[in-house]
Amino acid sequence: MSASSPFALLPNATSLPWADVPEWAPADFVGVTGAELDRGARLCSWFGVSEGDATRLVAVLAFDADNTLALGRSTPFTGPYPALTQSHPQAHLFEREVWEQHGLIPAGHPWLKPVRRTADDAPANGEFFRVDGPEVHEVAVGPVHAGIIEPGHFRFQCAGEEVLHLEIALGYQHRGLETALAGGPHRATMIQMETVAGDTTIAHATAYATVLEALAGTEAPLRAQWLRAVALELERLANHTGDLGALANDVAFLPTSAACGKLRGDFLNLTALICGNRFGRGLVRPGGCRQDLEPDRAARLRERLDPALTDVAQAVAWFWDAASVRARLENVGTVFPAQAAAIGLVGPAARACGLVRDVRYDHPAGWHRFGQAPVAVWPGGDVFARARVRSLEIQRSGEYLREQLGAPADGDLTGEPPLPAPDTLAVALVEGWRGEVCHVAITDAVGRFLRYKITDPSFHNWTGLALALRGAAISDFPLCNKSFNLSYCGFDL
Amino acid sequence: MFVFDAIAHRLKRGCETMAYPHGPAPVLPDRHGGALRVDAAKCTEGCDACVPVCPTQAIVRTVGQPVALDLGRCVFCAACVEVCPGGAITQTGDHRMAVRRRADLVLGGPGLEQVRLAAALDEKLRRLLGRSLRLRQVSAGGCAACEADTNVLGTIGWDLGRFGIQFVASPRHADGLLITGPVTRAMELALRKTWDAVPGPKIVIAVGACAIAGGPFVGHKEVRDGADSMVPVDLYIPGCPPHPVTILDGLLRVLDRLEGSDGRS
Repeated sequence: MSASSPFALLPNATSLPWADVPEWAPADFVGVTGAELDRGARLCSWFGVSEGDATRLVAVLAFDADNTLALGRSTPFTGPYPALTQSHPQAHLFEREVWEQHGLIPAGHPWLKPVRRTADDAPANGEFFRVDGPEVHEVAVGPVHAGIIEPGHFRFQCAGEEVLHLEIALGYQHRGLETALAGGPHRATMIQMETVAGDTTIAHATAYATVLEALAGTEAPLRAQWLRAVALELERLANHTGDLGALANDVAFLPTSAACGKLRGDFLNLTALICGNRFGRGLVRPGGCRQDLEPDRAARLRERLDPALTDVAQAVAWFWDAASVRARLENVGTVFPAQAAAIGLVGPAARACGLVRDVRYDHPAGWHRFGQAPVAVWPGGDVFARARVRSLEIQRSGEYLREQLGAPADGDLTGEPPLPAPDTLAVALVEGWRGEVCHVAITDAVGRFLRYKITDPSFHNWTGLALALRGAAISDFPLCNKSFNLSYCGFDL
Repeated sequence: MFVFDAIAHRLKRGCETMAYPHGPAPVLPDRHGGALRVDAAKCTEGCDACVPVCPTQAIVRTVGQPVALDLGRCVFCAACVEVCPGGAITQTGDHRMAVRRRADLVLGGPGLEQVRLAAALDEKLRRLLGRSLRLRQVSAGGCAACEADTNVLGTIGWDLGRFGIQFVASPRHADGLLITGPVTRAMELALRKTWDAVPGPKIVIAVGACAIAGGPFVGHKEVRDGADSMVPVDLYIPGCPPHPVTILDGLLRVLDRLEGSDGRS
């Protein structure tokens, strides 16, 4: 399908001259992007690049079946353009974001409001969608929540227990990450990349390092790529285990909840064994990795990994064995496959709708070109399916780690620090535990960042949570929310 | 059947909660490094190699003054340790870092080589709290790693509940706040309202480099560079994020619950 695309094609983790990205007048650009989406492409990212007083739109598409990415851009313009969202809902947050950041007005956008702007001392989220009627009432939750959770605001329109509509307003975690990247890399850039979403440090750091390497036309040494892949699966294991524990807690199934809470920590400690930090800070660096997993350390890792995997398998088996658990998860918070495709879900949330969508498999880069993991898919789209995909991925990640730790790549851990080429665009996708992490960098005439765009998987998936709640009981919100477990800070940047 | 399985498992494993603070503290990972120590006396004349490598500008060296490293700003990347030619900045491996005053985190000069660990809350406040401490957590920016490692304290391995410490769902039920994140502009109002809603006397605990000084986002116009720009902070717990044992040490330290353990400095 992609061979005849008018877009510039490139594989994941590569770059091309910025001038080689084909451009169209704004309305035509929206038209061709829509046509590509119609023939099977998926919108990975959509953003503006300032050029004087005007702005260019840039689209990063993925043809998953063809294992290729596609890039296009508009000519610089100001003012209104016909909204892509009208025909392709997966663009709706992207177009709101571009409007907020650059003032380009997507004419015909059905719900144009800020995504994270702050006015004075609170997010200026504008009007909330309201359902009118004598029986309808509104429930507002957040930004400060009942537990130890990030801030966000949820506005429910309810008729009795039933949720008619949920609108999610974010922006409370907005700390100016993308703005700070302009003119970079700066000395704080690496640690800022590691803290885009603290529980996804390895995925974001790997995407950033890969972008810099692609801009320089180099690659990290194979041993570093191998170590990044190992750390990525440890990150996935820790978070999926924690999520299953949290789901068990929400349905009052304490054996799994208690066991998984501890096991999550065991996996985090394995990451700390490699680099000293439970979240993987300081491990991935442009050009390689900072700490090595020497044979004796790898043996210690393996020694501690095996019992943790055995224990998590047992805790997960209790969970699925209990009919009360299964019944509590089935047909709750369903997102239908057509909806999932239309709004562009990624990661386990998409795979739980039966969509075969996994960057490690569709767009292999780095070590995933040599060591592959099978894609875990489950149909259904409900909380059950999202839990199921996680438990399958725990098995797959465990197997992958055993395999990879048994056959480490030799050689250097670091190469030359990459020197970004001028006037170049690079893209890197990494399958983080929540799904596709997308980083795009465009350099200026001296090789500094003209624009750096980060798209966390949560940016695609928050809409999925809102849809999952339609027709659900409001008391099921915590369960649905845990089943997605999206990042606020990754969205808010 | 999971019931028999679960019971057998429990019998086999026994209690999984750590002995600390009545036994030894969990050891930090060998590559963590723990708290830093700065012996400014070892600095070579005119050397400021550590200053430009620090990503959060936690180190300053003014002419004629000893080098000063602010552990509150530190993200523990150890870049300064690696470049220091004279061994003036070293890792101690110590998990204990919580302090009561912001200035106690600044390391360098004579007598100020290490953090000045927190003293307990005064007798009167501790009597008011009794044997419990109820905290409301406010997440105000940051990356959610501090939240994650605070949450860990509630798991069976750490079991924060055994110390009477609990995170509550309403500020009205709280004795104080535990704040993470640099305090974004967008969270100002929510933090102020939460603070106002906690009945006095109340304490504030700032966890992590962000909440102490802005962390990786220090200087961004979207953030306030720390919780004490808005509310008075009684306990600072450094780290990016702090290891759970560092957080627990801080909490037990202000409650004066570390007697008889390795905790007293």
